[in-house]
Amino acid sequence: MGQQMTQPETRVIKGVNKIMEFQPKIEAMICTYCTYTAADMAGSQRLQYPPTVRIVKYPCTGRVSILHILKAFEAGADAVFVGGCEIGSCHFVEGNLRATERVAYAKKLLAETGLGGDRLEMFYIGASDPHKFVEAVTQMTERVKRMGPNPLK
Amino acid sequence: MIVAERKPIQEILSMISGLRKILILGCKGCVTVCSAGSEREVMILATIIRMGRKKKDEPIELVERTLVRQCDPEFIDQLSDSIGQFDAVLSMACGVGVNFLADRYPKTIALPAVNTKFYGVAEEQGVWSERCAGCGDCILNLTGGLCPVARCSKGLFNGPCGGSVNGKCEINPDINCVWQLIYDRLKGLNQLDKLDEILPVKDWGVSSHGGPRKIVREDLKI
Repeated sequence: MGQQMTQPETRVIKGVNKIMEFQPKIEAMICTYCTYTAADMAGSQRLQYPPTVRIVKYPCTGRVSILHILKAFEAGADAVFVGGCEIGSCHFVEGNLRATERVAYAKKLLAETGLGGDRLEMFYIGASDPHKFVEAVTQMTERVKRMGPNPLK
Repeated sequence: MIVAERKPIQEILSMISGLRKILILGCKGCVTVCSAGSEREVMILATIIRMGRKKKDEPIELVERTLVRQCDPEFIDQLSDSIGQFDAVLSMACGVGVNFLADRYPKTIALPAVNTKFYGVAEEQGVWSERCAGCGDCILNLTGGLCPVARCSKGLFNGPCGGSVNGKCEINPDINCVWQLIYDRLKGLNQLDKLDEILPVKDWGVSSHGGPRKIVREDLKI
């Protein structure tokens, strides 16, 4: 029969397990007018979401290039999501629609490379919708935890 | 312009399997205009190849470069100093560029990263379609400027076949029947009488059927 662990030992083991648990790194490429404002509001409202996201603020998701997305994965991101304005409310009329097309193309490239297109997603999050931002981060975190780390790491 | 399309990633990866140092060579000519082999496409392909190879645990060294054109000696010869250090050159130019690389550098492996498709136009941003077949003996003066060699699925010379339905081609309903277009256009130009003339049998000898073609202009030679 094994020796029973002391309370401090149990605490250490739990701590190690927590550190060892895969914490994804997710890059969020988000628009300053909508999703960034929603993320800001999520903070002021003290909404809780996984500490997995690194935000890159864009003037508009229309500026997001396929190369930016690919370089993020090459640098080791486990997932990327692009957060643009809701359809019809882009400040530059169609930046979010262009981003949608580019995300779709980049998904194909990632699938062809074998990384998996599901590591990339497009979300439309209005400035007044912090809950949607929290939902996007949570959804991507869960998805990537299922998929495992970026195989390039 | 010459219109091309990048090959599937897996095909490119299997083409360069085992090679360790590669030059990815873009072209600022036609393939830049049709977004198949521009400087930017070179960067995208290089990133994808690096990721694909790293995933297989077979890292690769890539050098990215884009020439003004790959179909002229003054540009392709710019590689002469550095080309020896690469296991292969993966060209994102049309087939002409790959051929010229192979012609000029007999000891270098020249590989195509794109499929060269046709001579065409950009119908709109992101959409290209064929307009010319390079047949070597242009007859556009007789057909209202619209080409039955390139744009009729059957390459017919004297009016449409029986499969032209509501202005569409029987081979593919997404394709306009070019003979319908020719008729409508000549009617608009009041030149329908041009269609009374029967076009003679075409000389395909000046097309690719006569072997590789060549033009020499003595006045331009140095």
